[in-house]
Amino acid sequence: MHLTLKVWRQKNNDSEGRFETYELDGISSDMSFLEMFDVLNEKLIAENKEPVAFDHDCREGICGMCSMYINGRPHGPLQGVATCQLHMRSFNDGDTIVVEPWRAVAFPVIKDLVVSRTAFDRIVASGGFVSVNTGNAQDANSLPVPKEAADHAFMAAACIGCGACVAACKNSSAMLFVSAKISQLALLPQGQAERKIRAEKMVAQMDTEGFGACTNTGACSAECPKEISMENIARMNREYLGAKLTSSAV
Amino acid sequence: MATSSRLNAKIPEGPLQDKWTKYRSSVPLVNPSNKRRLEVIVVGTGLAGASAAATLAELGYKVKAFCFQDSPRRAHSIAAQGGINAAKNYQNDGDSIYRLFYDTVKGGDYRSREANVYRLAEVSGSIIDQCVAQGVPFAREYGGLLSNRSFGGVQVQRTFYAAGQTGQQLLLGAYSALERQVGMGTVQMYTRHEMLDVVVIDGKCQGVIVRNLVTGEIERHAGHAVLLCSGGYGNVFYLSTNAMGCNVTAAWKAHKRGAFFGNPCFTQIHPTCIPVSSEHQSKLTLMSESLRNDGRIWVPKKKDDTRNPSQILEEERDYYLERRYPAFGNLVPRDIASRAAKERCDAGYGVGPSKMAVYLDYSSAIERYGRAEANKNNIHSPTDEQVRALGKAVVKEKYGNLFDMYKQITGEDPYEVPMRIYPAVHYTMGGLWVDYNLMTTVPGLYALGEANFSDHGANRLGASALMQGLADGYFVIPYTIGSYLANEIRTGAIATSHPAFEKTEQEVKDRIEKLLTINGHTSPEQFHRRLGHIMWNKCGMARNEQGLREAIEEIRTLRQEFWQDVRVMGTANEYNPELDKASRVADFLELGELMCLDALDRNESCGGHFREEYQTEEGEALRDDENYMYVSAWEYHNDSQWELHKEDLEYDNIKIAQRSYK
Ligand SMILES: Cc1cc2nc3c(=O)[nH]c(=O)nc-3n(C[C@H](O)[C@H](O)[C@H](O)COP(=O)(O)OP(=O)(O)OC[C@H]3O[C@@H](n4cnc5c(N)ncnc54)[C@H](O)[C@@H]3O)c2cc1C
Ligand code: SF4
Ligand code: FES
Repeated sequence: MHLTLKVWRQKNNDSEGRFETYELDGISSDMSFLEMFDVLNEKLIAENKEPVAFDHDCREGICGMCSMYINGRPHGPLQGVATCQLHMRSFNDGDTIVVEPWRAVAFPVIKDLVVSRTAFDRIVASGGFVSVNTGNAQDANSLPVPKEAADHAFMAAACIGCGACVAACKNSSAMLFVSAKISQLALLPQGQAERKIRAEKMVAQMDTEGFGACTNTGACSAECPKEISMENIARMNREYLGAKLTSSAV
Repeated sequence: MATSSRLNAKIPEGPLQDKWTKYRSSVPLVNPSNKRRLEVIVVGTGLAGASAAATLAELGYKVKAFCFQDSPRRAHSIAAQGGINAAKNYQNDGDSIYRLFYDTVKGGDYRSREANVYRLAEVSGSIIDQCVAQGVPFAREYGGLLSNRSFGGVQVQRTFYAAGQTGQQLLLGAYSALERQVGMGTVQMYTRHEMLDVVVIDGKCQGVIVRNLVTGEIERHAGHAVLLCSGGYGNVFYLSTNAMGCNVTAAWKAHKRGAFFGNPCFTQIHPTCIPVSSEHQSKLTLMSESLRNDGRIWVPKKKDDTRNPSQILEEERDYYLERRYPAFGNLVPRDIASRAAKERCDAGYGVGPSKMAVYLDYSSAIERYGRAEANKNNIHSPTDEQVRALGKAVVKEKYGNLFDMYKQITGEDPYEVPMRIYPAVHYTMGGLWVDYNLMTTVPGLYALGEANFSDHGANRLGASALMQGLADGYFVIPYTIGSYLANEIRTGAIATSHPAFEKTEQEVKDRIEKLLTINGHTSPEQFHRRLGHIMWNKCGMARNEQGLREAIEEIRTLRQEFWQDVRVMGTANEYNPELDKASRVADFLELGELMCLDALDRNESCGGHFREEYQTEEGEALRDDENYMYVSAWEYHNDSQWELHKEDLEYDNIKIAQRSYK
């Protein structure tokens, strides 16, 4: 098939970006979206032009590295998949496809379609863990966890940290990402000891990083490749309020 | 045979069962105030690196950790699907430390080191405890206890899992432990940084040269010890199940600075992957081995049978694994399952458009589970439709994400039609040679996880890589590093102004400059593809002397061409993925030659290394224990010049036998 691509090009965070248009032929519908970009890049190199920088690694929807904003939607038109799992069969011959990076103050552009998401790491570092040193643990089966709790925790833990939720949100809120981690640990007995402090710290860090407020529009969950549920946000709000009410911190 | 005097595995004395316990209680300790003055560099933050960095920081060492992705959470470990082994014997089905040890040594076709494997089995239980304590949501039974599944090559259920996302959940656990230390300031984390060389001072490894991938800046970092946790090198084949960024650079640079490379030719080809569909294919996708628990593998009995699989009757199907290996059936180890698939396809029985695929069929599992569910729910004489619906629900719960993945990639619904699968490069058992302490032949330089050669011999059993990575990082290195660092207390702070740093940095810069100024015609990607072709065809699932000799010549020619004709766009002082790729491909072009050389040296077939000249009449691998029961450890001298050192393998606790899964 033949495609017209409008791709965001930006040298680095200090320079202005712009769209460049590329015509591409010979794309097969079995190719993945990123393989289509490989073809584009090989073509650019052959023409002595700089290839498009984009993030990717596992190419099977689990590492959370790929991050393209395609025709106005993070990870493109398909529900429940990351960019790397999108195949060209989701497009038609002759289509024009617009590709941009995630856009959010907290995710500065590094180059072209590559952004920095280290803000997410800092949020996790602020409290997204159970404080248990290696060697502290007791026998794994000494702590039964009801299957339902375990399953729900697992569903929240499926978040791949891609940041599509932020890119989808008009306020660039990171609530879905943060709530997924808070939920996972709040649902498990192991997470109880630090439950309150975790919610407080992670929310504080999220605000520091410059992510916006949540207005419950639900765009995040709709665009999330792992279909992380809005229930997590509700749970996080309860956790946070509960923590604040009893907090000794000022 | 005798072990080369250059290799000392430092295996503690005493009976197998006591070695590790005794070692732990006698290893020199470093007191807390001294730990603060000792710096440890950890390259790579996958399971091995993240667990090591977090644990060493908890102990009080100053840690710097590096990864090339934008976050430690994205290391390739994240993609592991099926599970992690541990000898917990929660299922009461006869598992024990000894049995896990035995299965691993046998599965590795008697080419791994007893003492290391036994230690791995010993600490396996603690890994599960630690992960559960961190909040890793493993699958559970209704009673709230942990669930297990079977994996290939064993007859007990010892695999712990989190749906088809076990690696993700384990890595997120290790990542959270790591980030906790980052938050406390005990680990300095450098993301989007790539190690491009190690710095050796007076024979000891005392630092690394890294490139900040965002700015292009070349940095020096000093440490009293350097841990390479940089993963495997399966991408030398271009197409593999590894993530796109996986590379050999860290290990290779260490090799060129004196670390011997162990068993480079031992590669695992995984039997159940989605077949290659087009020449634009950039990677292959694994369908977890856990699928072989319930799926049945078959091809038509008739050659070139192009009928739709649903039209091929039961008696017209050849369930070749069940036929050839009745005792283990579809659960034979990977090397055996892969070769059997290749054998059928080469003989003309393959299916699908390329004819290079076999069926992995879930219809009988859906039927079986459906009937069981109907029974459980007191549905008497259920309709076929009801049975299928109930069965599908069970399969979905167990393997849903894998089935979804298959559908996304192929456009076919595996609940309705059998999946088509074919073997693909997956894992490298070879890696840097390490002793019992996980130290390479360069003092102060360690290798952990897939980057070392240590535990899996010539073939790795499923669910054992995650176990090994976490064993190395959480439970082995925190002890063994003490035996070296206890003597480094007096070294004091290491200055990065040392001439060795200067010289190494200059070499790194010169190489980058060279890559950028060749201005040839061919992209790094195309060289990589061509290398992959050579490797897959001549050093892949089956190898022979002539092919290997040809491959060596072809690789040398390709390498020459690379250094004359590669085109690397962009500059050194910016974010430049093309430069990263070119530099990695250049290293693969050297590694490929060594792999072929190693495969050529080993005149036997064992595990994943199948030399066509050495097979039994039934086409099984024919080992030569008399002449090849050794680890090959290659020392780098110069371009295309290596010296082979051998470490004899001794089996005092296991009776060596021909590996049989019949
Ligand atoms: C698809 C797939 C599924 C798998 N499923 C299973 C399974 O179910 N069970 C199982 O036991 N095993 C499985 N494996 C194998 C297992 O996942 C890996 O062997 C294991 O995760 C490797 O862990 P690691 O920590 O050694 O390396 P990795 O996770 O590969 O981490 C490597 C780290 O090194 C860094 N790095 C590399 N080079 C450099 C450099 N030069 N400079 C700086 N940083 C660098 C990377 O950034 C990364 O952080 C699977 C493998 C694949 C491919
Ligand atoms: S919540 Fe969903 S969209 Fe947000 S980071 Fe996690 S996986 Fe990505
Ligand atoms: S590349 Fe890993 S999720 Fe897309």
